[in-house]
Amino acid sequence: MAQLTRVLSSEWTKIKTVRSTVWTLALTFLTTVVIGVLFCLLVRYLIPAGERGVFDPTFTSFGGISMGQLAVICFGVLVVTSEYSSGMIRASLSAVPQRGLLMGAKTLVGVGAALAVGLVTAFVSFFLGQLVLGSELNTSIGEPGVLRAVIGAGVYLALMAALSMGVAWLLRSPMLSFGILIPLFFLVSGILGMIPRARDVAQFLPDQAGSTIMAVGDMGEFGGIDRAYGPWGGLLIMVLWVAAALAAGYATLKSRDA
Amino acid sequence: MIELTGLTKRYGSTTAVDRLSFTVRPGVVTGFLGPNGAGKSTTMRMIMGLDKPTSGDALVDGTHYAKLKEPLTRVGALLEARSVQGGRTAYNHLLWLAQSNDIPARRVDEVLGLVGLTEVARKRPSGFSLGMGQRLGIAAALLGDPRILMFDEPVNGLDPEGIHWIRNLMKQLAAEGRTVFVSSHLMSEMALTADHLVVIGKGQLLADMPMAEFISQNSRSYVRVRTPEPERMRDVLTAGGVHLADGPDGTIEAEGTDAAKIGELVAAEGVVLHELSPQQASLEEAFMRLTAQTVQYQAGPGTAAGAGLAAGPNWQQPPQTTAPGGPVDVSKVDVSQKEGN
Repeated sequence: MAQLTRVLSSEWTKIKTVRSTVWTLALTFLTTVVIGVLFCLLVRYLIPAGERGVFDPTFTSFGGISMGQLAVICFGVLVVTSEYSSGMIRASLSAVPQRGLLMGAKTLVGVGAALAVGLVTAFVSFFLGQLVLGSELNTSIGEPGVLRAVIGAGVYLALMAALSMGVAWLLRSPMLSFGILIPLFFLVSGILGMIPRARDVAQFLPDQAGSTIMAVGDMGEFGGIDRAYGPWGGLLIMVLWVAAALAAGYATLKSRDA
Repeated sequence: MIELTGLTKRYGSTTAVDRLSFTVRPGVVTGFLGPNGAGKSTTMRMIMGLDKPTSGDALVDGTHYAKLKEPLTRVGALLEARSVQGGRTAYNHLLWLAQSNDIPARRVDEVLGLVGLTEVARKRPSGFSLGMGQRLGIAAALLGDPRILMFDEPVNGLDPEGIHWIRNLMKQLAAEGRTVFVSSHLMSEMALTADHLVVIGKGQLLADMPMAEFISQNSRSYVRVRTPEPERMRDVLTAGGVHLADGPDGTIEAEGTDAAKIGELVAAEGVVLHELSPQQASLEEAFMRLTAQTVQYQAGPGTAAGAGLAAGPNWQQPPQTTAPGGPVDVSKVDVSQKEGN
């Protein structure tokens, strides 16, 4: 236990003493909030009331998350792969040769930082978004399901970071990790979600499943399909992806030479 | 104390480290010598638990490194020049290392002062010279005040003053009773620092002995004689009981004697002398001969490897006696062996 505490504090020092951490997390916040606000403006002024369909003001204010998640992916990938690209992993494993402990502490600290930034991002996005949507369209934090969705948005960003860290432990290379994660969540998932047959499968991708936790109403209008799960089910699916990625990363770290 | 027993590392069909068994003892500087690619770094990484041995064992103070709870306070290592993230200041790099092993933060300032990096403590190592990077790595190794220290090619990239500094540091650490294990591919460097020598080539143990013993066994001294009358010279010297060998450029190498005795023998018979000079085959030469022979051994079937090789027959003998056909030119042997690689 004492060992865990000091490895956690060591990992915390690592994470806060490089610029990339600050940049990627700041970008996560800014991108999500700014795009969310723009999205709300668009909905309020450019889309006629009749075409809004089943309107979910909470989910609308998280319109920036699909971009903001890319920054949090960068955060997760860089926190892990910078150890390998710099050769520092050898120093880390010399200091903490218990590999599971090292990975656990780094993951906890990284996910913790992402969760803190994610929650702030979610609340700011929500309140600014509702302000922009105006009293005719907006909702309030006290409405049923809204608080769950806002906290869920923060958790979603943290889980995205955890998933990226798992993939990064597995692949070790920043380019390889970005090359898989960014296109997957920026393009592939979205495109598959638009193809009628493919989206039955695509709804089980981590981002599509996980983002249901940010919606208050059903996701019918946004996903365009009858989903096989609700918000909690969706979150669980994402958690399973994260667990699988971390397990694969751990197996790699445990078995391969550093 | 570092103990290796049958330590082996294979990558596919390549054997990087081949059944290494030796012990590194406290109180002396142990040099770990071998040409580039001999397996020195791999061996050190296996001691640190970074790489898994294919078979065999490496123990520090009787324990596997990976079992140590506060390893930095037991073993300090400079593994590669850069195991540092360029964007984190020198101070913060040492700080996270200290925190992970429950080392007080003031020790960070101490080691920075010790290696002479106090002034750049708040600067990023990405702007450091090779020598400064090396000093930072040494600071990290000294952080936990460990009883065992390993340095992988520590003088690489250091200026003469830095080299002098690290030599003294290693000697001082050993004098304090610590175990100091230093790798190098330069025999000359080891001759100046190490008290004990472990030589490997192609992953195999070639020598494990005190430095003084290695020097006396491997530094061949002889007298070079040049003459326009080689036949007469041979007769005269052989009659005088001097062992002869052919040197390069038609010179004669006389062993087991000194220049004065040869000069007297020659003067008595009136042989013309063009050169008479005492020579010493360098340790570097001895080292190259030693490792070149491993390569030859490896090429042949039924290589006799393992612990017994420390006292293996081949390297101990001067090269002219290894070829029964007659005297052998040392320099030519080296060349032909290199070509045979």
